[in-house]
Amino acid sequence: MMVILQTVLFIVLTAAAGYFAFKGYYRVYKNIMLGNKRESYTDQPKLRLNNMLLVALGQKKMFKNITPAILHVFIYVGFTITQIELIEIFIDGITGHHRILYHAVENIAFLRGLYVFTISFIEVLSLFVLVATIAFLTRRWILKVPRLNKPELKGWPIKDATIILLAELYLLACIFSMNTGDMALHDGMYGFLVSGKLVPLLSGFNDTTLHLIERLGWWGHILGVFGFLVYLPYSKHLHILLAFPNTYFSRLNPKGYISNVPEITREINLMMNPDSAAAAPEAPAEPVKFGAKDVFDLSWKNLLDAYSCTECGRCSAACPANLTGKKLSPRKIMMDTRDRLEEVGRSIEANKGVWNDDGKSLIENGYISVEELRACTTCNACVEECPIMISPLEIIIELRRNLIMEESNAPAEWTGMFANMENNGAPWQFSQQDRLNWKNG
Amino acid sequence: MEVKTMAEYAANGETPEVLFWVGCAGSFDQRAQKITRSFVKILNHLNIKFAVLGTEESCNGDPAKRAGNEFVYQMLALQNIQILNGYGVKKIVATCPHCFNILKNEYPSLGGNYEVLHHATYLQQLINEGRIKMTDANVFKGKKITYHDSCYLGRANEIYEAPRKVLEQLDADLVEMKSCRTKGLCCGAGGSQMFKEDEPGAKRINIARIEEVVETEAQIVASACPFCNTMLTDGVKAKEKQQQVKVFDIAELLAAGQGLETINFQ
Repeated sequence: MMVILQTVLFIVLTAAAGYFAFKGYYRVYKNIMLGNKRESYTDQPKLRLNNMLLVALGQKKMFKNITPAILHVFIYVGFTITQIELIEIFIDGITGHHRILYHAVENIAFLRGLYVFTISFIEVLSLFVLVATIAFLTRRWILKVPRLNKPELKGWPIKDATIILLAELYLLACIFSMNTGDMALHDGMYGFLVSGKLVPLLSGFNDTTLHLIERLGWWGHILGVFGFLVYLPYSKHLHILLAFPNTYFSRLNPKGYISNVPEITREINLMMNPDSAAAAPEAPAEPVKFGAKDVFDLSWKNLLDAYSCTECGRCSAACPANLTGKKLSPRKIMMDTRDRLEEVGRSIEANKGVWNDDGKSLIENGYISVEELRACTTCNACVEECPIMISPLEIIIELRRNLIMEESNAPAEWTGMFANMENNGAPWQFSQQDRLNWKNG
Repeated sequence: MEVKTMAEYAANGETPEVLFWVGCAGSFDQRAQKITRSFVKILNHLNIKFAVLGTEESCNGDPAKRAGNEFVYQMLALQNIQILNGYGVKKIVATCPHCFNILKNEYPSLGGNYEVLHHATYLQQLINEGRIKMTDANVFKGKKITYHDSCYLGRANEIYEAPRKVLEQLDADLVEMKSCRTKGLCCGAGGSQMFKEDEPGAKRINIARIEEVVETEAQIVASACPFCNTMLTDGVKAKEKQQQVKVFDIAELLAAGQGLETINFQ
């Protein structure tokens, strides 16, 4: 009876988790697709695959900074390999068996050995995860590493980070209580490496309590995994999934490249060569907007970048403007983009799929300020640092284009510079006729 | 100084080996003009047939583009491309990483396709070909030189070794700053910051950079960008370190090593 009840409960919970998780991820997908789709980022698939394997799977860019890289690998590998155990938990949950894989192979020495090795390996990795998680909590809350204690992290972001780290500790506690309870209950029959050492801790308990401990661990673990799955699309931790598409679709041009706006090329060509007007393709019916004022004007890749960002702050720690006390923080550019996108997404959802202009945009309105945009030196330090190839710079340039070309919002010095460039072909007020004067020096 | 323009070559029915893109800083900024002259001295010394556009050259458009003014940028870019294509230019060398970057990476999709080199790479090639003979490298004996990575040469185009190879020709100690190569700290001029006041903050970026220079105890900080040069020079002045640290372009140092320039350490 108990077994049937548990099986039914398991299936219901799986379905519910599946439903809510799907809703969450689909919402993220729909929001990303609000961006413009002018570029597909699908050329050179081999190179893209290579980037994904090296940078996302292989963590190549993380290793620029060795200590956090190693700790991160502990959690990454631990988290991934632990999922093997989940296969059995899942089959057990649906069929009402207990350790179905073990019992299927218990009489085949080699396979039983493999099973015990796998679970023991997971247990050892879990210890590494424990070390890393404690190190990460210490770094955030005791050592207060500068990049993890910047103003843009106040409130939800730092809570989000802490929730995930505590959830990891919770999952570890579940795995060990499940395995240790099982070991104690069956007199160490399974022979797991780490939980075997923990059995004496449970020596005073009777079988009913041991069974309860095992069950609490089992249910706690799977519920934790479900919770994690549903929570992920609302958290910065989405990077564990999005790092893969984000590196695959990353820009392949040299970092110095900034796109040329084709609509402007057409207009200038018409100006320089009016005869070509007749031959020129029809101008688009809708007036072209230059640059980006809101998330709709950014590319879907910019928006994928925003959802992929895990707020590690390597970008801001390397940003020369941020380092010298300016307001600009590339991480905040990504966080603001995501927050605004979420706001827009919620509004569209509330209006049954229709976007009603809320009179706000990504610039100012509590999001990215003009002052931040003005402080960027386009040095690419943020782009270089990002472990998953996000470009805050591309968003900054798009927003700058809007300020200059749509709002005519430029500092006076820049307005003068533009005029000089137009009139005498140099940012300064020198005559083009004097261009060769240097040779007389 | 022997300098021929593209128009003069064309008038004689000749084609130069390479077009030297001087850039606005190199044309007008008094400090950068010296860099231009040093580079030309090296070219002339090696009898390289090069041309400049002279009065036909315009700004490449970078400061406008990075500020967000794509109109002004493309107007200049398309004019420049018309002129370059008109002369059938194939190969360009620029002493400014901003000119180099935009000509190399952003002109192609506007119809301007050329082989574009920065002078660091160009000089390295001449060194590799054995064409550059150091006669006065010992001027630098016992001196420490640190190289400041320009963002548009380094991260933007991943050219880190060429300028260092140029400096290795000098009989000096090459020392690195705390932030170098991919982690090189910006001088503060890029993104059109050169042409406006800083945003409010704790310090200027070039001051932060000069503090790293001073830490190395180098007598010379070498740059490969006229804008970095200006920012570093200003930083040295602000820190009142003019006596200890001098700012030079790699072309000036290489010219001095060949006895084509005199370096004044005082």
